[in-house]
Amino acid sequence: MLLITCPHCGPRPESEFTFGGQSHIQRPTLNEQVDDAQWGEYLFFRDNPRGNHAECWRHTYGCSEWFNLVRHTVTHQIEAVYTMDAPRPEGAHS
Amino acid sequence: MRQHYSAWKVLAASASGHKDWQPAWRDAEPKSRYDIVIIGGGGHGLATAYYLAKNHGITNVAVIEKAWIGGGNTGRNTTVVRSNYLYPESARLYDFSVKLYEDLSRELNFNIMFSQRGVVTLAHSRHDLDNMTQWANAMRLNGVDSELLDARQVQALMPRLEMSGAARYPVLGGFIQRRAGTARHDAVAWGYARAASAMGVDIVQNCSVNDYLFEGAGNERKVVGVRTSKGDIRADRVAVAVAGASTQMADLAGFRLPVTSWSLQAMVSEPVKPALDVAVLSPSLGVYLSQSDKGEVVMGGALDRFNSFAQRGSFATTQDVIAATLDLFPTLGRLRLMRQWAGTVDLVQDSSPILGETPVRNLYFNCGWGTGGFKAIPVGGWTMAHVLATGKTHELAEPFQLDRFRTGRLIDEAAASGIAH
Repeated sequence: MLLITCPHCGPRPESEFTFGGQSHIQRPTLNEQVDDAQWGEYLFFRDNPRGNHAECWRHTYGCSEWFNLVRHTVTHQIEAVYTMDAPRPEGAHS
Repeated sequence: MRQHYSAWKVLAASASGHKDWQPAWRDAEPKSRYDIVIIGGGGHGLATAYYLAKNHGITNVAVIEKAWIGGGNTGRNTTVVRSNYLYPESARLYDFSVKLYEDLSRELNFNIMFSQRGVVTLAHSRHDLDNMTQWANAMRLNGVDSELLDARQVQALMPRLEMSGAARYPVLGGFIQRRAGTARHDAVAWGYARAASAMGVDIVQNCSVNDYLFEGAGNERKVVGVRTSKGDIRADRVAVAVAGASTQMADLAGFRLPVTSWSLQAMVSEPVKPALDVAVLSPSLGVYLSQSDKGEVVMGGALDRFNSFAQRGSFATTQDVIAATLDLFPTLGRLRLMRQWAGTVDLVQDSSPILGETPVRNLYFNCGWGTGGFKAIPVGGWTMAHVLATGKTHELAEPFQLDRFRTGRLIDEAAASGIAH
């Protein structure tokens, strides 16, 4: 069971949250010429590091807000918690 | 030459106190060159080696395993074998696998204890009933057996199921695939290993692959072998069957896979006398269970909430699985939980496998089975052996190529194949 510190509500158990997968994914802009390979990459391909992973979570059974955290995928240690509009913190890379 | 196993052999061996049994397979040291090297000594890798030897006569093959054979997801699953999928492509693939399982004990001369006890899927609402009617009918159209059940028929199959009307999620009916069941997972790995080894395949344990050997550049770049902890091994073709570590092996070759790694848990109770003789699945509650031949109640459920390589499983999900089990079978609440564990599974967006060529020449991947790789071991090995031996994709594997994530031709079993998977 993870203890996740929601930036709005404080520390809460994992079961109150929904996992949203990798953060900071950039959608190809509409006016850009996007080929099938790039579009497939955007839809289906995700980072899968054995190490620190920047990911979004939603405090579904609390404030219902989305936020980001950096979590290690082997130890599950949470290295950083930050809001959706903030960049990935320095020093929390894998 | 391998010993033939039979009841007579067991009787005869008892005369000498069972001291004359030989190891079931050779634990080999790697040679410097093979026709084909298979990375990963789980069920899929070993089955690939077996079918290369048996179907194609190619025996200059090595299976390279980092730890011991069958010690990854092959030894961690809940042993259910079924082919209750929605789409024709999946139905063909998985039903071929069930058919191979049906004859596997005889073919391998190794008792894999395949028990076609039936898998029952439960409906808890009108919507579930409608979905399952569609699902069961789709299976029949695909030539796979299925039978709709009303509540009374479900209760007759499982007298201990909570049917009093007090349940939070009452059981309204469901369907059964009678040809589905369970098998002894370790025996599947050992049986394939023994049969492959007897035909000349080298099984190399405690040997990790740290990189590939490449030749050429640009479009001519190709894999010509592997760099292992026991030295370099050259090969004409390299196959990778390493569920849970697939993306790392793709990273080494310089391409991406649409795969992420997740923990899938299972757990067993203390052993008790026979109380449940089908495997039962409740998609709405997110749980499935069966009773092993030893008597343990084997339980599994949804994936953990977040991607992970930890191989241990989150307690939040353990609680969900046990709560759902007790909703269905309140009398199991008096059992003690004996063990809990997790395996790292490959998750793909459409919950269908990736089976075949990669962007790198001479390198082939078998990955992405999600939570259901065990049932697919025979067909995974069969189709991978075909492409390795002939250079042509097997027709069963054609829909399951990596390029579907560019063309958009997905086989979206995510919503269709039972538990979140």
